[in-house]
Amino acid sequence: MSTKRVRTGQHFMSGDHACAEGALAAGCRFFGGYPITPSTEVAEHLARRLPEVGGVFIQMEDELGSIASVLGASAAGARAMTATSGPGLSLMLENLGLGVILELPIVIVDVQRGSPSTGLPTMPGQADIMQARWGSHGDYEIVAYAPWSPQEMFDLTIQAFNVADRFRVPVLLMADEVVGHMVERVEIPDADQIECWSRKRPEQPPNGSFAPFEAGEDLVPPMVHAGEGYRIHYTGLTHDEHGYPDMSAETHHRLVTRLVEKVRRNADQFTRVEGYHLEDARIVVVAYGCTARSARRAVRLARRQNIPVGLLRLVSIWPFADEALRQLVPDDATFIVTEMNLGQISREVERVVRRPVRGVFHAGGAMISPEPILQAIQEAAQ
Amino acid sequence: MRREIRIAGFGGQGVGLTGFILGKALALYDGQEAVMTQAYGPEARGGASSANIVTADEPIDYPFIQQPDILVALSQEAYNRFRPTAKPQALILIDQDLVTPDPDDNIHAIPATRLAEELGRRIVTNLVMLGFFTAVSGLVSRQAVEQAIQTTVKPATIPLNLQAFATGYDYAHQPEGSLPEAEQERVA
Repeated sequence: MSTKRVRTGQHFMSGDHACAEGALAAGCRFFGGYPITPSTEVAEHLARRLPEVGGVFIQMEDELGSIASVLGASAAGARAMTATSGPGLSLMLENLGLGVILELPIVIVDVQRGSPSTGLPTMPGQADIMQARWGSHGDYEIVAYAPWSPQEMFDLTIQAFNVADRFRVPVLLMADEVVGHMVERVEIPDADQIECWSRKRPEQPPNGSFAPFEAGEDLVPPMVHAGEGYRIHYTGLTHDEHGYPDMSAETHHRLVTRLVEKVRRNADQFTRVEGYHLEDARIVVVAYGCTARSARRAVRLARRQNIPVGLLRLVSIWPFADEALRQLVPDDATFIVTEMNLGQISREVERVVRRPVRGVFHAGGAMISPEPILQAIQEAAQ
Repeated sequence: MRREIRIAGFGGQGVGLTGFILGKALALYDGQEAVMTQAYGPEARGGASSANIVTADEPIDYPFIQQPDILVALSQEAYNRFRPTAKPQALILIDQDLVTPDPDDNIHAIPATRLAEELGRRIVTNLVMLGFFTAVSGLVSRQAVEQAIQTTVKPATIPLNLQAFATGYDYAHQPEGSLPEAEQERVA
């Protein structure tokens, strides 16, 4: 295999490997992680590939160390990432919040398996969705994507790095065992065709008056890297624009509000949904990740029976695409939400459409097949 | 048209690689859509292992096989376990020295392991079977599979793998009743 950073061409590749190649194509130079099924192949692949492109791979002692090393590499200027599954994500959540308050761009890949606890290590789940959103303590917004194919494991890993860098936020790639392990065609474009949103960097030279957490209109402060001569103090304590602890309610409110608004106000730049047959749909299926593949199948089968049904696929899951849902879907549509958990995103849909939705849920362990979704569509059509 | 193929054996027989090469041939070199999924036990060797391919001429939504059209069984255990999951009239390919099938099945048999041993390396049994599969199923072109072999296996092993593939392919085209070359030599 080629040792080039970007393996331009067509490949038959698993989702986990495509994620690793996406990271390399995005310019990732650091991976700190601890192997866990079904994400291990991401780490394995990068352990071989990162040294080929001058990057660093470290297997850390656990997931707490993993995310801490990734935050450090990011502060030093590298595009940095880790990959894990539910039990590992649980251990990373404290420092996920640290990444939020320090505004360090990192990418966390969660290849979800059956849960809670050790659960079903080799089998799929989608039950970490709310954990991704709310798992760390405090008020914050998070950005997360849900790939439905190996191709999207590649594409959305790049997107995750771009959003992380541009807005100085941790970004989650909420994959699942099915898309992580399935093997499918993946097209890797030319290196110069790969979109790169870079970090905002300070225009002011290092001097005493520079305030490293002073944000512009977009609420994103320019990012300095360790070793460039800027004096920067990173603390998980509430801090002022200079980065120094400030234990006042006023500063706290200003900081937390900015961190939240930074994501909310810019959300239209990175939230993404896809619609299939929504134009004349009276029934709308909402799905994401591997489950959306079965949902599309069910929609196709139902269309053959002349049922006016469409699919709204959430490519990004957080922040939730409130506006897209309102705009793309008629007011009086009937909603069906299908997901490999017992109802997580369905609550978001209910919040936005302001009425109960039908659920096609499964606790995980096997991908939901098209049949129960088709049945729910048929019932809704009666 | 959606087609489902299950290749099954015990861990270590190269079931995963066979499925990968077949899927790659279809998806990259034969203009088809193809998805591969795998199922295996926790063991690195032994245990049941299967590689599952779905192929179609349109994008594949549901990636798992539900009722295979073709079953390749490299062990009796794999045959016993997976035969009931396949369509009643499924095309079934077996290693005839390792599997005793139901006589009513639509069976295509090859002494794949023996032929691989004749080539000097039992490890290429899976490629012999892939050659046989390619000839018997008509699902994928010989050129596409050969290209997939060349872009997948280690460069030093390409000639052996292509030879094993050709051995299985040619076996399928033997006139009925004639013995393969390897067996003719043995008889002589």
